Amino acid sequence: MIGWTVKFSLSNRTNAWSKDNSFAGLKNYTGLLEDPEFTHAFGNLMKFTVVFMIGTLISGLIMSLLLEKGIRGEGFFRSIYLYPMAISFIAMGTSWRWLMDSARDDKGTGLNHLFHMAKLNILQNDWYSSENASMYAMALPAIWQMSGYVMALFLAGFRGIPDDLREAARVDGATEFKIYRHILFPQLKPTFLTVLIILGHISMKVFDLIYGISTKSYVTKVLAIYMWQVIFDFQNYAKGSAIAVVILVIIAIVVIPYLVYVNKTEEMK
Amino acid sequence: MSSDLVDRVIKSKDISRNKRKLSGSGQFWLAFRYSALTILFIIAALPIYIMVVNSVKGITGVTQSAAFLPPTHLNFDAWGPTWKVLREPMQRTLFFVVQSSIISAIVGSINGFVFAKWRFKGSTFIFTLFLFGMFIPYQAIMIPLTQFNHWAGIGGTIYVLVVAHVIYGIPICTLIFRNYYAAIPNELIEAARVDGAGMVRIFRTIILPLSIPGFVVVLIWQFTSAWNDFLFAIFLTGGSPKLAVATTALNFITGSGNQVYYGNNMTASLIVSIPTLLVYMFLGRYFLRGLLSGSLKG
Repeated sequence: MIGWTVKFSLSNRTNAWSKDNSFAGLKNYTGLLEDPEFTHAFGNLMKFTVVFMIGTLISGLIMSLLLEKGIRGEGFFRSIYLYPMAISFIAMGTSWRWLMDSARDDKGTGLNHLFHMAKLNILQNDWYSSENASMYAMALPAIWQMSGYVMALFLAGFRGIPDDLREAARVDGATEFKIYRHILFPQLKPTFLTVLIILGHISMKVFDLIYGISTKSYVTKVLAIYMWQVIFDFQNYAKGSAIAVVILVIIAIVVIPYLVYVNKTEEMK
Repeated sequence: MSSDLVDRVIKSKDISRNKRKLSGSGQFWLAFRYSALTILFIIAALPIYIMVVNSVKGITGVTQSAAFLPPTHLNFDAWGPTWKVLREPMQRTLFFVVQSSIISAIVGSINGFVFAKWRFKGSTFIFTLFLFGMFIPYQAIMIPLTQFNHWAGIGGTIYVLVVAHVIYGIPICTLIFRNYYAAIPNELIEAARVDGAGMVRIFRTIILPLSIPGFVVVLIWQFTSAWNDFLFAIFLTGGSPKLAVATTALNFITGSGNQVYYGNNMTASLIVSIPTLLVYMFLGRYFLRGLLSGSLKG
């Protein structure tokens, strides 16, 4: 119950403080819309989110499909795919910064060096320092980190489906592909939804990852980084708060209906 | 609920092994699956591999051309000085992480018990609020939190991080414990109540002794997330070196534009990752359980 009070006082305080902002008028919010840095960061975040969500979903799904029927050494592969979740991004950022170094050819390090050696020069690129593709490059480590998690969620989903269903379909002459397409995937809809919600809200908050790799670099700026900069470097608390509220609202719009839905289905059980 | 999930993930049914003789296409698919798994394995392991091999090449021994290769001889030169810098922040991290994990685990278990076994009017609504608490971005509460810390007189001490992680840990801990307690049969509690035990007594004598695995899950979860947290750490301590914790100290080393000494950076990153990696290696099953609990649905 103490927790309840703390939690409640907390959400009240967030509200009270956003009300303060509205007393000052919506100036901070309208100001944001006219702020090119903000729209730039917002655009970056959207690019990042799309690539990150699709990439993680696909690679996590592939991992789970490969493991789903059980295979020798499964435990080993599973733990390796999942370990990135246990490491801080400030730590892994060091490796990734090096891997995605933008120097090329003979001067190249990391992946560019690897591609150069493999005569795949066409694959060399500027990674996160590039002007246009920076956010797509930045999504790579994020995908790397979260894929194992998605894999675990899907594995739990696949293995919750009774084997009889597959057997029955097989007896009826369905091909493996058809079994997945028409029997297994429809059963996984709740899992898909959960995965999308989790990835979405993680993506909105992304900070450590980008800070760990490129700090405050303009080309990879997202809302969380911009907010940090506004508060710490420019000491503009009101504006920083407004950005935080924007992040919160985006998340709330998606998450609250989901939570209501989850509660409803749980009560029906 | 959540324990079922873990069992599902870990239990390998191994359908393919049941069929003794694989057909030609079956063998092809098995080979295909193994190659795909191996490629993914290489990608997944690459960053940590680079960290490990380059941390034993000495401070300046990391060259661009040989960075992917294992070291020719082991050189731990980079470890001593790095450890010297990181030792104090890491001790500090351990101090606040342990405290905040224990507090949020205790509060979480009480809350979880109430939500699982003591349904009152509006409890679903409040529980939903709790769940939403898990999704509130750190950023949204940071400024009020600083004010609160100032008001509570703990500004500028490590306790700001204890408070932050306790507050943020409570929703997930509550959720994990609630699901855990939901599996305890109601009859057990009814029987105790008939014998005249009150809610507090029931919790202490019946529920708590059954909660050990739940506590392990929650403590590990809290330990890992608080250890790895960077945003709260840098925000609430204001980057003050007196309050540096593992991640902020690491960021100070690696983020200082000191790109030349990759040996140093890699070593520092590795040292900071070791505690959570050890936990993951030895208690991975519990870690996974905490991870899946975050998915809400069973």
